Amino acid sequence: MPNITIDGIKVAVPEGSTILQAAQEAGVNIPTLCHHPDQSVKANCRICVCEVAGSNLLQAACSQPATEGMNVKTRSPKVLEARKTILELILANHPQDCLNCLRNENCELQSLAAEYCIRDNPFELKVRGLGKDLSTPALFRDPDKCVLCRRCIEACSVIQTVNALGIEYRGQKAMVVPTLGKNLIDSPCIMCGQCIHACPVGAIGEIEEIDELLAAIADPETVVVTQIAPAVRLALGEEVGMPTGDLPMDVLVAGLRQIGFDHVLHTNFTADLTIMEEGHELLKRLKEGGKLPMFTSCSPGWTSFCETFFPDLLDNLSTCKSPQQMFGALVKTYWADKMNIPASKIFSVSIMPCTAKKYEASRPEMQSSGFRDVDLVLTTREIGRLFRMSGLDFEKLAPADFSPWMSKYTGAGVIFGASGGVMEAALRTVYEVVTGETLADVNFTAVRGFEGIKEATVNLKGTEVKVAIAHGLGNARKVMEQVRAGESPYHFIEIMACPGGCIGGGGQPITKTNKKRLERIQAVYEEDQACAVRKSHLNTEVQELYKDFLHEPLGHKSHELLHTHYQAKDKKFL
Amino acid sequence: MDYQKILADYVEMPGGLIEAFHAIQAELSYLPEEAIIQAAQVFGIPAAQAYGVATFYSMFSVKPRGKFVIRICESAPCHIAGAAKVVAALEKELGINMGGSTPDGLFTLEFTECVGQCQAAPVITINGKPYTDVSPEKISGILEPYRKNI
Repeated sequence: MPNITIDGIKVAVPEGSTILQAAQEAGVNIPTLCHHPDQSVKANCRICVCEVAGSNLLQAACSQPATEGMNVKTRSPKVLEARKTILELILANHPQDCLNCLRNENCELQSLAAEYCIRDNPFELKVRGLGKDLSTPALFRDPDKCVLCRRCIEACSVIQTVNALGIEYRGQKAMVVPTLGKNLIDSPCIMCGQCIHACPVGAIGEIEEIDELLAAIADPETVVVTQIAPAVRLALGEEVGMPTGDLPMDVLVAGLRQIGFDHVLHTNFTADLTIMEEGHELLKRLKEGGKLPMFTSCSPGWTSFCETFFPDLLDNLSTCKSPQQMFGALVKTYWADKMNIPASKIFSVSIMPCTAKKYEASRPEMQSSGFRDVDLVLTTREIGRLFRMSGLDFEKLAPADFSPWMSKYTGAGVIFGASGGVMEAALRTVYEVVTGETLADVNFTAVRGFEGIKEATVNLKGTEVKVAIAHGLGNARKVMEQVRAGESPYHFIEIMACPGGCIGGGGQPITKTNKKRLERIQAVYEEDQACAVRKSHLNTEVQELYKDFLHEPLGHKSHELLHTHYQAKDKKFL
Repeated sequence: MDYQKILADYVEMPGGLIEAFHAIQAELSYLPEEAIIQAAQVFGIPAAQAYGVATFYSMFSVKPRGKFVIRICESAPCHIAGAAKVVAALEKELGINMGGSTPDGLFTLEFTECVGQCQAAPVITINGKPYTDVSPEKISGILEPYRKNI
């Protein structure tokens, strides 16, 4: 345990700690930019430099090990001046475009510039002038804003193992680029958006579509209907200054009505429906010797990953559409009939924690209703901006109700938002369908939590069903390699593209650390616990949907509207 | 061009990717995209990483280049000895700018860092062969054998 002095404060820190970690221990705040608490040390921005007694050169706190007797000054005039110069040099290559930037007021570089009182930058502004990459329907890149911290590359290559981003050239010419310097759409990118959370500035973001929504609302002929994904509510509060999980559902509904949505419904409804379809699909595969293990198909980042990297295993994917797309197909058929609204007048909007959903909704096969099933996908962040733009006061807003037919949900739908949730929801239903018995304890705690790969065995009246859950595509890849090698012991595998599941999705409020993901996971299970009904097959609106319209799971209508097929992406390079 | 045949010679070698790139570039004067894609597959690394290697080293080019790559030293001793005049003469002689290639695919002009011949600056290299004490007057004589070597 080295003893070290930081700004006169003595601390003992574990062997191998850096000055930055020691400073955190001592309660001393050292600024960082390229450093990310859940990633490897990069030490390329130098903003964390400190004075270390006995060394003429300033040392980067994020990478310099704390050694016995070390005496560090983190806020001497020499340090402050150096940091200021470093910032000025970074800013000399950064567009002075904060007012127009997606990350205005939520930007690490902007915050540092404010903290360090950057006024008149003595260095001449030289912006690279590379222009934006708007090639994908979900994400944009603005390489001029890139500060070369490389955090997006680590998110994409180490956490997600997608490897859509890399470094081109070196030194002054160095640039973060999609594979082979192409546009993002030509790279293996699966649009999960984890790079957005990693980016300290506005160099990567979602394609913002708030204006499209406002245009639909402004049109008196259009009936604007929305669905809200399970992981949205608990994180949306963060966007309007509330603690995670604190925004009540009925207040959120009221807020959306204030914005001008004609009908507010919930994706949790089709999450429950997904369980009915997917649960029966699993049972059918088990009974009839179908392709196993079966993979869940709710996460469009994951299904794209499978289409891109494991096209040989597409038959293992559940044919179920994601809850978003099931909802889209039903809202312009079943719901339109129930409400007596012509499908052609419905503008179907989904509010998602996800950027890949923007892409999923744009897939040409997602038009089972005869129209585009989901017209517009807005992320949690975009709705947050809309709420702030509308000046809503959520403390005073009177609660409001959902519209009928597609808004009831159970705790099983709620937990779709966390890694392991789809599996747990499926097990709750499959167990009761197979055994005909009521589950004594609905909590399958083995499938919960943040561990990368989780597994469990469930006994269904003598049949052992082995399940696995992976979140983050690096973990998914490990499970998939096992399947490809023919060595997978599992029957059913849940995969979510994003770390923590949808609560950590690419469209969620900028999530700097996994700690925030854990808070959101806790909020998911609290909401489930508070639900009176926690099993999908007991959702009375879902029961009515089957009685009046679908007739049976995996039936003719279901196949027409709720199931799909996947296609190999056939990328030229990976 | 059969990249697989070249790549196979280096796949077991530590750092073999760089050697394989050298071998391909020796044949083509540059690294075509297809060569980088195939190298990534053979070496079992993502294409993004192979491309990173190909662009990191200034001796590799991912853009087509002429058969003969003329590099002019832009370090201080050559600069003082008149490298700028050599550059101007080469550009005039070949009718291209620095970084460009002649339409006949014969010559490419590039800058280089010091090549260690400062005793006889300015220095240029043609496909790695150094020419020292270069002056504008000497340019056409230096290029002549390469022009004949079509």
